Amino acid sequence: MSQRFPPRAVLAGCALLLAFALALGAVSGAYAISLPQLWKVLASLGQGAAADKSPEYLVFVNIRLPRLVLGVAAGAGLGMAGTLMQGLFRNPLADPGLVGISSGAALAAGVTIVLGAWFMPVLPRTLGSWTLVVMAFGGGLSVTLLIYALSRSEGGTRMALMLLAGIAVNALAGAGLGFLSVMATDEQLRSLQFWLLGSLGGARWSAVILVGVAVLLSCVAAASLAAPLNAIALGESQAALLGVDVERIKRRAIVVTAVAVGAVTATTGIIGFVGLIAPHWVRMVAGPDHRAVLPASALLGAALVLVSDTVARTAMAPAELPLGVLTAFIGVPMFLLMLRHFRGRI
Amino acid sequence: MTEERISSSLVRRRDALRLAAAASLGAAALPLFAQSPEAKKLPRLITVSGAITEVVYLLGAEGQLVGTDTTSLYPAAARGTPKVGYMRQLSAEGLLSLKPDAVIATNESGPPVVLDQVRSAGVKVEIVQADHSWGEVQRKNQVVGRAAAREAQARALQVKLDAEWAQVQQRVAAAQGRKPRVLFVLSHSASPQVSGEKTAAHAVIGYAGGVNALGGFEGYRPMTAEAMATAAPDIVMTSDQSIEAHGGIERFWQRPELALTPAFRKRSLVTLDALLLLGFGPRMPAAIAELHPKFMAAVA
Repeated sequence: MSQRFPPRAVLAGCALLLAFALALGAVSGAYAISLPQLWKVLASLGQGAAADKSPEYLVFVNIRLPRLVLGVAAGAGLGMAGTLMQGLFRNPLADPGLVGISSGAALAAGVTIVLGAWFMPVLPRTLGSWTLVVMAFGGGLSVTLLIYALSRSEGGTRMALMLLAGIAVNALAGAGLGFLSVMATDEQLRSLQFWLLGSLGGARWSAVILVGVAVLLSCVAAASLAAPLNAIALGESQAALLGVDVERIKRRAIVVTAVAVGAVTATTGIIGFVGLIAPHWVRMVAGPDHRAVLPASALLGAALVLVSDTVARTAMAPAELPLGVLTAFIGVPMFLLMLRHFRGRI
Repeated sequence: MTEERISSSLVRRRDALRLAAAASLGAAALPLFAQSPEAKKLPRLITVSGAITEVVYLLGAEGQLVGTDTTSLYPAAARGTPKVGYMRQLSAEGLLSLKPDAVIATNESGPPVVLDQVRSAGVKVEIVQADHSWGEVQRKNQVVGRAAAREAQARALQVKLDAEWAQVQQRVAAAQGRKPRVLFVLSHSASPQVSGEKTAAHAVIGYAGGVNALGGFEGYRPMTAEAMATAAPDIVMTSDQSIEAHGGIERFWQRPELALTPAFRKRSLVTLDALLLLGFGPRMPAAIAELHPKFMAAVA
């Protein structure tokens, strides 16, 4: 590990990065909105919307702004969930995507899209995004529990077991999604493809607010887990000696992770590797204290997703790149570097 | 998997290269358009479907066209227009950045959320229902005429197309003898797909006086040897792009799934350009006129 910085400096740095990413995302996009125009739009936002209905206003408020908010929520949720997973498993390679939580959520969402009409008395559309979020949450939660049960052994979790279980769950989810895609109608197939690639393109205020609230709540819940996770990092028996109710903390961490990842995945599809990279970068500069790593990873994750999405929106404009593809392009080389770094411990 | 998806994946790479060129060209051309009095009052259009783009050109409205999707490959000039991406992976800001007055798409375009977003930004979104019928062709014509403010031209075109269609359908109806069993194979990528009911290919086979060799399922399925032997097609129909992807007709016939079919024994193959064959655009009568005699020859 290189030189460490005080937690406050790291938090401030991550917050600055996020602010920069937000500003960058706000000014760039396929639709040209100049700075003075943007300023006018922002000013009229403060005064209540009704007055200004210029095309720039409509594009910014209806399309770009919800997308930015969704990016922040998704990135923060995934960064935070990644940190929780790594703390819970006491394992640097735990990531919601890698151990199959995202694909579990995506599979559950796929089942809802394709087979929803069978098992729900009401049409899926009437329940709207809630059904999907709840199902994705359920899928994420069951995978987390499964992985946890499979990979735990005395004094912690076994890395190899956890990763192998993750491979198995990812393969199963892949097969399940493949099966669903054969059963799916054309329209359902298109929705399925969306899960696999990940995108913020579907950002509508109704969905954005839903995800935002879910992620905010889980971040608040996660904050109270930081200190106990620090104790668990010393070993579960040590933590118990320090007066930490280890089992309760674990259960909470699992639920919080599943809520955040489920809500994000239900709205954006699978966005890989953010939960893996963000905590690692933070730990490199701030050290392992969860009280710093948790909030800083959430901020950094949000910044990462925003920057990736800005590239996704603009690189091929007026067409668009899938966001999951971009995060994988950044994430996979990072992951390989980490494997090299940790190879002695796997 | 659908026909548009695969045909577009084939051309997407070429389009990506062209994109850069088209974008710079478009940027240069825009100020000129803005100054010409005609373009000032006529609505600017984005078309999301190859067939709809064809109608725009037939109505002489190509000057109003500010963007098309990657399935818009005909006429050749359409390939040079700014591309908004694949018809099912549109981007709201991308569409709006071309400052259209109307976006014309089919119910197969999407994602629906993106079209909602475009609507919420105050741009008209016209959706043509695609049901693989002659009515679909008529609706495309009508909607483009309305959106482009060229309704008189659209009506004239409709009269001409309806006449062509009536003539072709008369010829098909007059055909004597057994209707050939036709298998449609779509093979623009590694795994070939065959068409069941409720597909564009199914409808085209019917209009051209054949019978779809496959039934009992909707949409596309992977091609398997036993199912093809059971289907016993007299004719294999496919797109030029599928043949191209296989590297020629010889290679295409080497597909093991086809070896046990009557069509294989007679090497009875019908191919057409994917957009002409399945696009349900204004060239539909021409496509049927070309298919029908070939169908009849195969069972003669």
